[in-house]
Amino acid sequence: MQPQCVLTALRFTALLATLVTGTTQAKLTIEITGGVEGAQPIAVVPFGNVDGAKPNLDIADVVAADLARSGKFKPMPRREMLMTPHREEDVDIREWQLLAMNSLVVGEVAPRSTGGYDIRFLLLDVFSGKRLLVDTVSSTTKGLRNAAHRIADAIYEDLTGEPGIFATRIAYVTSAGRQSRVALRVADADGFNAQTIVDSAEPIMSPAWSPDARKLAYVSFEGRQSAIYVQDLASGRRERVASYEGINSSPAFSPDGGKLAMTLSKDGNPDIYVLDLASRQLTRLTDHYAIDTEPAWSPDGSQLVFTSDRGGKPQIYRVAATGGVAQRVTFEGDYNAAASYAPNGNALIMVTRAAGRFRVVMTDPNGGSRRYISNGNLDESPSFAPNGNMVIYATQTNGRGVLAATPLSSGASHRLSRDAGEVREPAWSPLLR
Amino acid sequence: MSKPRFCIPAVPLLAALAVAGCALQPPPPQPPSAAELDAMRPSGDRAAEIPEPAGLEPREPLSLLDDPNSPLYNKIVYFDYDTAEIPASASELLRTHAAYIYRTPGVSVALEGHTDERGTRDYNLALGDRRADAVQRFLVAEGVPPEKLRPLSYGEERPAEPSTSERAWALNRRVELVY
Repeated sequence: MQPQCVLTALRFTALLATLVTGTTQAKLTIEITGGVEGAQPIAVVPFGNVDGAKPNLDIADVVAADLARSGKFKPMPRREMLMTPHREEDVDIREWQLLAMNSLVVGEVAPRSTGGYDIRFLLLDVFSGKRLLVDTVSSTTKGLRNAAHRIADAIYEDLTGEPGIFATRIAYVTSAGRQSRVALRVADADGFNAQTIVDSAEPIMSPAWSPDARKLAYVSFEGRQSAIYVQDLASGRRERVASYEGINSSPAFSPDGGKLAMTLSKDGNPDIYVLDLASRQLTRLTDHYAIDTEPAWSPDGSQLVFTSDRGGKPQIYRVAATGGVAQRVTFEGDYNAAASYAPNGNALIMVTRAAGRFRVVMTDPNGGSRRYISNGNLDESPSFAPNGNMVIYATQTNGRGVLAATPLSSGASHRLSRDAGEVREPAWSPLLR
Repeated sequence: MSKPRFCIPAVPLLAALAVAGCALQPPPPQPPSAAELDAMRPSGDRAAEIPEPAGLEPREPLSLLDDPNSPLYNKIVYFDYDTAEIPASASELLRTHAAYIYRTPGVSVALEGHTDERGTRDYNLALGDRRADAVQRFLVAEGVPPEKLRPLSYGEERPAEPSTSERAWALNRRVELVY
């Protein structure tokens, strides 16, 4: 088991003048559990400080923790490092070969004349001694943690050929019990820098990211009835886009960001609708007396999957984005719901029930080749990381709601939880460009 | 407008069901089987017992809705798992309320649909909507004007009993009539 990282989240100035002032500072804990079989050994040497730089963050530590969390790398513990070079000319590659490392990262931090820092780093292949990557990342004084995540992303992408997700964010819903307030929060993918986006005495549900990661759609009951809001994260400005009679739920941005799929029951029973965000034109996509809900777009935007109990039990169906006849996708089991596509469109994740347990399962796009991703009894709200290599979902530990993330390439999984209260409904942001 | 809450410790089961928001410590909740609910109701024809409404000005401090001995005191319909079908055992309760709502001028009722925690949250929100809708259709079929009813769904977000057990699940699969 890896050491736990505990951080007191930054106090966040409420964007909406909601009543968060009295909220105690939330501590977020990340715990990595399970083995890391097949993970590549990598040494991330503590970065040097030059020209009087005094960064308030151990950048190499953040980079190493990111790489470890991916499940694909096993960073060398610092106490086992015999040397701590910061530049290529100081590296004795044979030492690292003897220590059985595959890769080596060294770097140094220099102050910028305009404030902030330049972080130069170097990725070496230990076997050949070849330089794989040299780059400089600039950062403000406050942005060092994000800079470290971007360095980890660059290293991950160079070594695996896939984009890194360490500089992404996760939206989730918290509450501290049934009498307490509910909050929609956003944290870095490692659980740090948690901020409250909106907080309410009434339920908040179903956060969904816009494709540019600048907005969140969500459902709030603050008007004593469900309504869908779209909120700009930078400005805090928000708009209520659906508050019809009945339920207003399950918002999902189209891949081009121009449309919002949703579930409305204004016409008598829950059906899927698509709202064009520019023209405000609302189109009904399904029309069935059963429940139709939980729409999710295919990555190319041409079709949507959704949950329907039109066959008697909840199953996944697929419909063209232009409408038409829905095709049933899942046939195995008597409860399949909340499906969403992998970023490359080659898989679906969903919640399934088997032997009375609700777990996250991954299937091919046609509902076959089932593979369980989670192992709880009441697991739900699965969300793919934007590179498709990890799934985050809500689960329960000792009767308390926590988040768990499972890399799809190894058995390691880690849990994100608050020290008190419930955490649920995680939604992983798209890549931040 | 705040939601009316009731808490009468003399009737432990009903108190447990209605205790949300009440400061009193609720007794351990009981599964509301049809037999138990029936046993708790006074015998006789419910609808016939309802007196004419006293008019717009309430004179009694305890209205029929708040009186534990009134057939209108119970305002919760319970459902089986993953269904919006109204159980036969709830018909009498709903007919009693239908008669009262029909006869009482100015009264309007929110029908709050709820589910247990199992399954996905958005599906449960839709299921709660179906349950509230089913109760509305029942009441309308009994003659209540639809404009007196306001169905809505909280899905699994507002459990009456927030623990994880068969008993808690049974208490949470419900539609509450909120006057």
